[in-house]
Amino acid sequence: MAFLTEQPLDLTPLVARVMSPERGGVACFLGVVRDHHDGRSVTRLEYSAYDAMAEAECERVVAEAEAKWDVRVALEHRTGRLEIGEVAVVIAAAAPHRDAAFMACRFVIEQVKRRVPIWKREYFLDGTSAWVAPRTAPQAVDRSAEAAPDAPTPEPASHTDWGV
Amino acid sequence: MTVSAASTVTVRVLLFASYAEAAGQTSLTLTLPAPATVASAIRALRAQSARARLPERPLCAVNLAHARLDTPISTGDEIAILPPLAGG
Repeated sequence: MAFLTEQPLDLTPLVARVMSPERGGVACFLGVVRDHHDGRSVTRLEYSAYDAMAEAECERVVAEAEAKWDVRVALEHRTGRLEIGEVAVVIAAAAPHRDAAFMACRFVIEQVKRRVPIWKREYFLDGTSAWVAPRTAPQAVDRSAEAAPDAPTPEPASHTDWGV
Repeated sequence: MTVSAASTVTVRVLLFASYAEAAGQTSLTLTLPAPATVASAIRALRAQSARARLPERPLCAVNLAHARLDTPISTGDEIAILPPLAGG
């Protein structure tokens, strides 16, 4: 299953993929292109990705959600040129009850933002454009321990320290 | 090259988004003394002027998975230097 697409996203088929008779709760999230950023008018944007890794990372995020809760999750992220109001990311999570559905849905969008290698270039009303840098400190913070020569044996990096 | 294969590590490096624009390239091949880590690859990249603006501790991936600066790298690995992520 491809998680990235250049085609417009549609929630309905994702919901259909996760629904089943024993799953009574379906939570969905849509991320939509906004017309402003830091007080500037945005006219459109462009997402680019490290495709192979983004696919692999999306698959890992969905697998983690499905291991953590009794849920089925569908996820798609759009790439390429998007206009204001278009959907950039869609998530549907179905569970026997609503709590797990909401939690899994929230988990997936947060992990996508943190871990999936996708970048966004915003085009402004004044004709300029810029790559979006996350508002909070970038990944350079707090990796000093990892860089130290006497750092402990490498372990899989925690999913919380990649910063967004 | 006259160096023996065992004493060096040759990897493919991918740059993306703002880093690719700053460097004027999206990929390159890097040969490092063995043993090599993500950190030694980044040091070598930063030593060349076109990529001097790369941060000292960027987010990195090795073979399609997030990696740490002390992750060892071997010949044939694909190292990606990732600008701050902005998906979602």
